[in-house]
Amino acid sequence: MTEQYTAEWSIGRMVRTMVPLLAVLSVLQMVSGSVLQSFEATLVESPALLVLVPVQIGTAGNLASIMCSRLSTQLYLGTFELSPTNQVVRANTTAVFGLAGTVFGAVGIAAWAIGQALGGGLTLPQVLTISLVSGMLLAGVVVVLSLVSVQLAYRLGYNPDDTTIPIVTNLCDITGVLILFGVVVVVV
Amino acid sequence: MVRQDTAKDIYREALPVVLVSLVAGLFSGTILGSETMRAGIESVPGLLVLLPAFLATRGGVYGSLGARLASGLHQGVIEPNFERTPPLSNAVIASFINGMTVSTFIAVVTFLVLQLTGQAGSLIELVGIMVVAGVLSAILMLSVLVTVILVGYRNGLDPDNLIGPVVTTLGDVFGVVFLLVGIEVMEVVL
Repeated sequence: MTEQYTAEWSIGRMVRTMVPLLAVLSVLQMVSGSVLQSFEATLVESPALLVLVPVQIGTAGNLASIMCSRLSTQLYLGTFELSPTNQVVRANTTAVFGLAGTVFGAVGIAAWAIGQALGGGLTLPQVLTISLVSGMLLAGVVVVLSLVSVQLAYRLGYNPDDTTIPIVTNLCDITGVLILFGVVVVVV
Repeated sequence: MVRQDTAKDIYREALPVVLVSLVAGLFSGTILGSETMRAGIESVPGLLVLLPAFLATRGGVYGSLGARLASGLHQGVIEPNFERTPPLSNAVIASFINGMTVSTFIAVVTFLVLQLTGQAGSLIELVGIMVVAGVLSAILMLSVLVTVILVGYRNGLDPDNLIGPVVTTLGDVFGVVFLLVGIEVMEVVL
């Protein structure tokens, strides 16, 4: 008993299991980092866009982890089924879009105001459009990735709690930045 | 028997957590958009490349420490007091090593990305910034996370519910601040 937990709680074991995973994930994050870097001039000029970056990353991951953990629980309860008529799928999808609409509407206004205070030149309609359009697209990505990954984890016999959340949150972080700058290119 | 949550129920339950992380995100966004930080972004090539990885790492390192401590408390492997017994101290030391290793790794990979794309960049400067920001993050996150989880557990709160908000909020708010401190320190050192 004692020996069992000693092995699992050894420093070497914890470092060896976590570092490779974190290293791979941070290399993936460099993809969105490189996109940020390529927009350096635009970002330095428009602080409102810099304000949007951490919010976009944080909210995407947050919505994804809420949806994944809810879906995995429903999977265990036997009420989740990957189908457009499934009650769980419908309720969670509607809630994620509702949350995204609320949050990204508020974020658009706040980011514009902070941007103005920091000396940026973007107008309220511009920042609000960027925030809402990229936010709603992101909600679509969160919904699709969560549904697919929970279903896949179940099919492949993995515990969806352990596997889906880290993978989907990271993927949503990255797509969050990509979508944000896709929309920035169109609007600005 | 089990009542299905409607979209409205889920919305109501999730909104407070999402709003807390929103406020934290706006705070760190404001620091990111500040004049000092923008000057830093212009003067340190690679800063934007490492930013998402740096922010995500703290979630990975300290989120998993929190989950581990929660499981340990539930299983009775960890006692809810601040004694330096192996399970607790090992988990804390391992998280520190993980955080520092990955921070340094991020700085090196960022330097390689700059090299490959033909941009200028200083390896020493990037590593220095990440080490300073990594150490400061570790000290803050480890002390607050362990305290909140142990004290919360003693007061009958489920540690699993405390980890998310603590890690996201503190990580978001202080991550960018510590990055800025790292830039300033390296400016003085180099």
